[in-house]
Amino acid sequence: MIHVDPAEAGTAAGVLNASPDPRGGVQTSPMAGSLLEVEGASTGYGSFQALFDVSLRVDEGETLAVIGANGAGKSTLLKTICGLLRTDDNTVRFDGRPIGSLPAHKRVGLGISLVPEGRLVFPSLTVYENLLVGGHSRRTGPWSVDKVRDLFPLLNRLMNKQAAHLSGGEQQALAIGRGLMANPRLLLLDEVSLGLAPIVVAELYRAIPRIVAEGTTLIIVEQDIGQAVAVADRIVCLLEGRVVLRGRPDEVTREQISAAYFGV
Amino acid sequence: MAWVNDVIQGILLGGLYALFAAGLSLIFGVMRLVNLAHGDLSLLAAYAALLIVGPLDINPFLSVFLVMILVAIFGYVLQRGFLNFALEDDPMPTILATFGLSIVIQNLLLEVFSANSMGLDAGAIETQALKITDQISIGWFPLITLVTSVVVLFALQLYLSRTRMGRAFRATSDNQEAAQLMGIDNRHLYGLAMAIALGIVAIAGVFLGIRTTFNPSVGPARLIFAYEAVIIGGLGSVWGTLVGGMLLGVAQTIGAHLDPGWGVLAGHLLFLAVLVLRPRGLFAKQVQA
Amino acid sequence: MSPRPLRIERQTRASRIGLPAAIVIVAVAASLPLWGSSNLMKTGVTFLTLVALAQMWNLLAGYAGLLSVGQQAFVGIGAYGVWALAEKAGVHPFVAVPLAGLVAAAFALPTAGLTFRLRGGYFAVGTWVVAEVFRLLVINIGWLGGGSGASITSVGRIARDTREAAVYWLALGVAFGAVLLVYLILRSRGGLALAAIRDDETAAAGLGVNTVRSKLGVYLLSAFGCGATGAVIYLNLLRVQPEGAFSLNWSALMIFTVVIGGVGTIEGPILGALIFFGLQQLLSDYGSWYLVLVGTIAAVSAVFAKQGLWGVLNRRWALELFPVRRRVDLDSDTNLAAAEPNPDSTSPPDRSTGAPPAEGPPVATAPPHESTQKG
Repeated sequence: MIHVDPAEAGTAAGVLNASPDPRGGVQTSPMAGSLLEVEGASTGYGSFQALFDVSLRVDEGETLAVIGANGAGKSTLLKTICGLLRTDDNTVRFDGRPIGSLPAHKRVGLGISLVPEGRLVFPSLTVYENLLVGGHSRRTGPWSVDKVRDLFPLLNRLMNKQAAHLSGGEQQALAIGRGLMANPRLLLLDEVSLGLAPIVVAELYRAIPRIVAEGTTLIIVEQDIGQAVAVADRIVCLLEGRVVLRGRPDEVTREQISAAYFGV
Repeated sequence: MAWVNDVIQGILLGGLYALFAAGLSLIFGVMRLVNLAHGDLSLLAAYAALLIVGPLDINPFLSVFLVMILVAIFGYVLQRGFLNFALEDDPMPTILATFGLSIVIQNLLLEVFSANSMGLDAGAIETQALKITDQISIGWFPLITLVTSVVVLFALQLYLSRTRMGRAFRATSDNQEAAQLMGIDNRHLYGLAMAIALGIVAIAGVFLGIRTTFNPSVGPARLIFAYEAVIIGGLGSVWGTLVGGMLLGVAQTIGAHLDPGWGVLAGHLLFLAVLVLRPRGLFAKQVQA
Repeated sequence: MSPRPLRIERQTRASRIGLPAAIVIVAVAASLPLWGSSNLMKTGVTFLTLVALAQMWNLLAGYAGLLSVGQQAFVGIGAYGVWALAEKAGVHPFVAVPLAGLVAAAFALPTAGLTFRLRGGYFAVGTWVVAEVFRLLVINIGWLGGGSGASITSVGRIARDTREAAVYWLALGVAFGAVLLVYLILRSRGGLALAAIRDDETAAAGLGVNTVRSKLGVYLLSAFGCGATGAVIYLNLLRVQPEGAFSLNWSALMIFTVVIGGVGTIEGPILGALIFFGLQQLLSDYGSWYLVLVGTIAAVSAVFAKQGLWGVLNRRWALELFPVRRRVDLDSDTNLAAAEPNPDSTSPPDRSTGAPPAEGPPVATAPPHESTQKG
């Protein structure tokens, strides 16, 4: 539930000043443990700060959409969560445990998996080998090569093809499948729709409910709002490194989202 | 007929070069590190064998396994303790660091063992030969060397293509950041790559030490042969490296036949020719990402 | 109101003191043959040629981004060049020095043609291979003396005192010339182009910098310098042998000196030469141990102290004895006027304060610094 000052309702200021209502929401109250807690993240690259005191939480089984324009800090946020960017221990807590300073490869073992922006499939490896590498951490769970093939049938006839020769949409399916092979508790999807035709994106997003059905918690980062909001339980909008909007899809209008997105 | 003999000798020698080259190629493939100390590290293996063989009075062949393990451990420590810190986009720190290492090893060996030529004595097998015709005979030792080289390369190829760690190597070589996202610890992986590469090179170092004499200054020559074999064969292919090594070996033996001083030079000229005519190498298998 | 031209400042506080001091030092050094012993002069030649070689490698690596491990090829060519010119062509030995440099530069052209196809570490080893090829060719060519080498006897006709003084002045000339050459290049447009190439070759090319020509130019100049210096070195030693003339140790010398002192600055190699030379003299009784020590220091520096000793000092005290940067001087009156808010101007002038930051070797922008853990 979003709390908006009635005097500011319908204005940009109203949206920007909105804050999460501690009483509302489908999820359990903040008192119970969330799967992921980010508190005061202010990470960046060298001397360039990309996030300014960003905090959020995600409960187990939830799907959170993080939206925002280019450069808003969405990818930086995901990198902070998955460990490619490291901070103080307490800035990121997973299942109650502080992991902020843990390197990325160790977080995979804990159950955090990132499907990176740009896919980053291993070009010289075949599709099958890419999936196998996804399972490098040997975490147990429902996902296997067979189950991934079931999720993305288009990969079936591509198993022995080198990943470099795949189309954009095929690579994205492979990247998601590869991320699932780590049997994550928390799956991070970074700009799945980037550079892909809407019809391809729609097909990829059809896989999301099946992933959620396995109990996986999802954080989906998108510039394309439509698809992300459609599958999300909650939305967070970033603008220039700060959280400017939080809420559930049924509580937030398109105008409010646009206003927050563009910072008007 | 003597030419046939040259070619055979060259092929046998080429197996050794291929081992050197495979180590260099593995390191570069996984870490983008051109190890200028590669040849000198193989010399360390030969001198280590010398230290073991002497007091224990055993055949150098038996020392290979132990030397391989020792050098591999050294390689892991060297990588994780020092060279990992040099790895970045700019190749300069690694080039300079390994160059420094090369000079340090050469002069350390010089001070400890003197500049005298040493050799590893494997006994009678060094001169025994398998006679095929009146003019052609194949030495047992070179044959063993070639067979060992092929077996090692085959094992390496299997390791890279079939095992979990081998796939991790190839994935890291493609994209080290994405590899981390798979749970691959690249600090450890780099250490392992260096250990394997140096282990392979240690085998070659000991065999070469049996085959010819060695002294502290021959390291750079070995690096150059390894490097030439890689360029001739083409990056990215283990078997290409074998063929590259063999071609280099053949060029050298034919050259030496023409004039003893021209052996090594002939190899260099072949390398330069490939560089000019087929810069990607003869069997390059690079995938453009 | 159109903006007035900005005044570009070249001198730094340190250079205002440093330059006159340097002139005094050079004057004293030049006078050495008048009061120094024969040994002192020979030592001086060793040190001065080291400075020259270091600057030539620095030019390649620090300013053009070309890491060569094969400059010994040109040292050797210069040595044999001066021998051939003096002994076989009857050229006066001291005139032969710059000519030997030209010979080296001539051989550098095909070398570049071959090695420029390679990048990074592969370029480095490529240059090494070429140096080896030269060495082997020389060994196999009879009239160059083969493996046992050749002597420069025509110098013997000159009186010893004169000869030693002349060789010393030649060494001073090469060292001074090397530093001056690097300094002038960097102050020119070519120098800006080099800096751009070093920082980002693709971007520089995109801006219209002819990267191949710039790199080739630097490569030829470096070869010339190494050749001329090699000629002086062997005029001092009087006997040329392939093992020595084309030895990898020349590269070791150059590289260690520059790395320890500081790549990419003019002052760095000089400082490095002082350190290297000092250690060499101190540990001369211990054989090759000094190389072990210096090699270790250089290897560790290359990884953990990339700016070298000069870089460390520069960061502490912002020194720059040889100013090559172009700084906008905000203190002068003309610039203050130009800096006033101007409705026509678009961007504010650069707010640089004090001395420019330390120049350093090309370190490509690192990935997000937490992403790979080292160790």
